[in-house]
Amino acid sequence: MIVIGERINGMFKKVREAIQKKDAAYIQDLAARQVKAGATILDINVGTASTDLATDMVWLVNCAQEAVSVPLSIDCARHEPLEAGLAAVRGKKVLNSTTGKADDLAKLLPLARKHCAAVIGLTIDEEGVPATTDKRVEIAAKIMAAAMENDISAGDLYIDPITLPVNVAQDQPTRVFAAISQFRMLSDPSPHVCIGLSNISQRLKEHQLLNRTFLIMCMAHGLDSAILDPLDEELMNAMVTAELVMNKFIYADSYLEAAQKAGGRTG
Amino acid sequence: MSIPDVREAYTGRINAVSIGATKEEGGTRSRVVTIGGHTTIPFLAFEGGTNPPAIAFEVPDSAPDPAEWPEGALEPYRDVSGNPVAWAKKCVEEYHADLVCIRLLSTHPDRGNAPAEKARDTVLAIRDAVKVPLVIWGSDDDPKDNQVMPMVSQALAGERCLLGMASQENYKTLTAACLADGHAIIGLSPLDINIAKQVNILISDMGFPPERIVMYPTTGGLGYGLEYAYSIMERGRLAALAADKMMAMPVLCVVGPESWRAKEAKAPDAEAPGWGPAMERGPMWEAITAVSLLQAGADILVLRHPKAAEVVRATLLQLTAGSNGSSSSSSSSSSSNGGEKK
Repeated sequence: MIVIGERINGMFKKVREAIQKKDAAYIQDLAARQVKAGATILDINVGTASTDLATDMVWLVNCAQEAVSVPLSIDCARHEPLEAGLAAVRGKKVLNSTTGKADDLAKLLPLARKHCAAVIGLTIDEEGVPATTDKRVEIAAKIMAAAMENDISAGDLYIDPITLPVNVAQDQPTRVFAAISQFRMLSDPSPHVCIGLSNISQRLKEHQLLNRTFLIMCMAHGLDSAILDPLDEELMNAMVTAELVMNKFIYADSYLEAAQKAGGRTG
Repeated sequence: MSIPDVREAYTGRINAVSIGATKEEGGTRSRVVTIGGHTTIPFLAFEGGTNPPAIAFEVPDSAPDPAEWPEGALEPYRDVSGNPVAWAKKCVEEYHADLVCIRLLSTHPDRGNAPAEKARDTVLAIRDAVKVPLVIWGSDDDPKDNQVMPMVSQALAGERCLLGMASQENYKTLTAACLADGHAIIGLSPLDINIAKQVNILISDMGFPPERIVMYPTTGGLGYGLEYAYSIMERGRLAALAADKMMAMPVLCVVGPESWRAKEAKAPDAEAPGWGPAMERGPMWEAITAVSLLQAGADILVLRHPKAAEVVRATLLQLTAGSNGSSSSSSSSSSSNGGEKK
């Protein structure tokens, strides 16, 4: 699994405070802890409290890359901070995210290409979040076609089927599963399939259990990456165990310890 | 129409393990044997570089038990039986061993119970007599090995030997000794890939560098479980190439004892008149076991009969002919000048 660590996000109170106080040590520690726990990419999101999104984005990127060397995912809905963040990343980077809206594809895919960034593509279009599997696959195909036109390969594309909180749309998860399976058949090699895991459980009481359960069910349908909290040890253990059950690596009694030691990576 | 490129590129790599330390490195060996380092499945040189397998000859530390060394196996060593130093010299000087594998069976409580000091003296005498890198294997009695092996390890400190066996039940003493004295270690598992990985994890958890671990997944002889050994080695190699770091250890195969346990190898002519002459049959049984294991990914073959070793070398030459980089001949024959000065 490709684990995109979600913790450097200005929506979290402590991160917001760190951004305001320019507390680099806090961000660096958060970056290092996530990587140690198994994050293979770190998401960087300034949040909404900032008065200067671009400047704060660059500051966050620099803090993170002083502490770790994994790729960074620049997560912003606004163009200017997105571009500033991408430009500041020294190594591999991910643009998070485009939708399937024609405007977004026309603006954001050339930006990704310019910065040699991978792209997360959300299956949302002008009509909003789709209610059916077919519509998700249709938008995914549209994103893929646009990516190819911009010389972005399937290996650099992460399709996100969009998850809503389970209490809001309880009929959606099964459609998400079906969509994941179909995304994997869009091309060979297939694009990555990614979800923003915590959407499923936003503000719900059993949010950790929901995240864990949903992640594993998505993995069983072909999910190979997720934006999640790598510091949630139960979640990471469940993820590693699901990979084991799916024969991604060889069993040993101490497989959890081995995965933890390898930073969550099993194979 | 262009022909599609079928070369596979794997993300993982088998660790390269070096055995033996030269004078410059603080030891007294004439050369270093490096095994592993593979980036693909065995003998696909067009997909990636690799270190060729090495041949170790088994050297018993006392006159071998005829039940384990039948006539056919013992015949080349009759003049040196009971003299491990002469035996080791013969393996190196006449049979061009890349490594010698000293088996400390006489220390076993039921086989003479020789004290640790005697084992130490034996390995030191062999160390002085031959200059190839050394593999030392205890008696397989855990409590006794835990007395003998630390002393042997310490006496050979700096020589970067390969010491065995560390098992799931008994790994701490040997791991600590190898760590302290700079040796590589053999992790033993009983034809069980999950335990093989577990042993690697346990040894690594003690702070032992994975790049100094060799796996011994247990060898089956031809006709007696060879296919289990083969499939375990094959699966382990593929897992390692898929980046499972706890499976990325080179593999040792103990071919001699397993092959010569088969009745097809050891039955004398009088008992099996239709099976062909025993003097050819036995070595051939060992050779075929060894060659099969080469294909499965063996990195060290512990052999007995020089004729078997000849077949293995000839096969290795065929398998690596035309490949660039190192070939088996460099491994097999550069030590053949046995003439390492004493």
